[in-house]
Amino acid sequence: MITTFSEKVLGRSMLILAVMFTILPILSMFSASLEPADSTPLGLSWPSDPQWGNYATAFSGGNVFTLMKSSLFIVVCVLPTTILFATLAGYAIGKMKIRGNSVLFFFFLLGLTIPFESLIVPLYYQVDRFGLLNSQLAIVFPLIALFMPFSIFWMRAHFLRIPSEISEAARVDGASEFQEFRRIHLPLAIPSISALAVIIFIWTWNQFILGVVLIDDPLKRTVAGALTFFQGQYWISIPLISASALIIITPSLILFLIFQRKFISSLLQGALKA
Amino acid sequence: MMKRSNVTGALISLPAISIYSLFVIYPLISAVRYSFTQWDGIGEKEYVGFSNYIQIFQSPELIGSIRNSLSLIIFFSVFPIFFGLLLANFIVRIRTQKIRSITQVVLFFPQILPLAASGIAWSWMYANNGLVNQLLRAVGLERWTQSWLAGFSTALPAVGIIGAWVLTGFCSVLLSTGISKIDPSLYEAARIDGANWWSEFRNVTIPGLRQEISVLITVTTIAALSSFDIIYVTTLGGPGSSTLVPGISIYRLAFTQSAVGLASAFGVVLMLIVILIILPIQIYSRRND
Repeated sequence: MITTFSEKVLGRSMLILAVMFTILPILSMFSASLEPADSTPLGLSWPSDPQWGNYATAFSGGNVFTLMKSSLFIVVCVLPTTILFATLAGYAIGKMKIRGNSVLFFFFLLGLTIPFESLIVPLYYQVDRFGLLNSQLAIVFPLIALFMPFSIFWMRAHFLRIPSEISEAARVDGASEFQEFRRIHLPLAIPSISALAVIIFIWTWNQFILGVVLIDDPLKRTVAGALTFFQGQYWISIPLISASALIIITPSLILFLIFQRKFISSLLQGALKA
Repeated sequence: MMKRSNVTGALISLPAISIYSLFVIYPLISAVRYSFTQWDGIGEKEYVGFSNYIQIFQSPELIGSIRNSLSLIIFFSVFPIFFGLLLANFIVRIRTQKIRSITQVVLFFPQILPLAASGIAWSWMYANNGLVNQLLRAVGLERWTQSWLAGFSTALPAVGIIGAWVLTGFCSVLLSTGISKIDPSLYEAARIDGANWWSEFRNVTIPGLRQEISVLITVTTIAALSSFDIIYVTTLGGPGSSTLVPGISIYRLAFTQSAVGLASAFGVVLMLIVILIILPIQIYSRRND
């Protein structure tokens, strides 16, 4: 690809604009978060006397510790279960090719495009009947279920890519079905599983609507669902709302910066496969 | 042998099948069942046939909320894919690996934020003292300054721009990885034929990205139609019903107006709209593969 000088200038300036457009809202929130809590800040201006104390106020006043624990609990329930169930079903559909696997495939395909919004009403009454309303389990079960179609397709696609010679070789060596799965296919699936884990983590951590509808107490929701709590608590103080929102996004931001390549490639693959 | 592996296969699929049936398929059936009733969520359900569906299409507010979400497709799909294509084209021309990956990381980053947090950040951008108005004042457009999320005609585009902010980086990174997979000899051939920047873009890049583009249309359209999170934290559908979208309508109907049957019917309608839009795109892109 040969690039002329004018193309280069145009390209650079557009990219710089795009990068600025992307980070400005966060910078603006950051500058606001350092203004005195009872003041009305201005869009983007470095505060004369940065109030780092706002973060402490938001952290304790917003019960951030409780919230993080709640989110973590939900992730710990959802993530391993989703991966386990999806790996097993993906293996049955993609590798074992059990009878009726195409029926099963379409059964799960049905759920791939259902917007969460369409199911919140019946889920609310169902979860209520099960006595789970307002507990974290109220969103744990629906989340696992709603993640199933995508996760199964993901794992199925992985197992379809594995050449069948590998299974045959294992059979010849006298491996049982379980050994074949455990010793050969599971280790080979680790990259796909870890990429899926990244996606499911982000989707769970950022989950909003189910928490808002199924759990009254924001402190039992995921951190994203709890943002409404800060809005309610601090609606009068833009510095404190900004500080809380920034605290909330810090864990995913740190994870993203550490595992940026894994995150980006997983989420891109996720879109391409779905 | 064959038979045993069928049994094992069925057994190991059972956990997935059970939880999916119980928490997706069953509520789906309930939604359809409720949609034919009038129900306040507590008392008896009364069968009313299709009257909820008729009511949706006769209610200006509910039709308006569908119309709003269709307008959001311009901001959630058209803008991000258009600018994504342009930016991707520039990203792949960055020679320094380090700068290229930093650009991609920065552009991609809104994608990992909860939409609710993006909504809060942008509510502040659009506020009276927010950055948007500050910039307008700085360039002397004082009289344009306003509270963007509170104006009847500005609120919907303002909310749409939040979606564009979230999705443009995602589209450009996805498309840039797509471009780097296109055979470089195609570009050389185009250059030898004397193609300029634009005809190279149109005749080599776009056809090479067909699969990526159809994926992006699907993903971003679904995002536009289910924009509950952003709207909930920014405008809650207001002012008036100028930013009302189906997700918010469903929430309000069911949980503040106790019209559970109508809310369920609207959920079913939303699902059908998504399928109606997605299906042709999928069929078209599969046929061309």
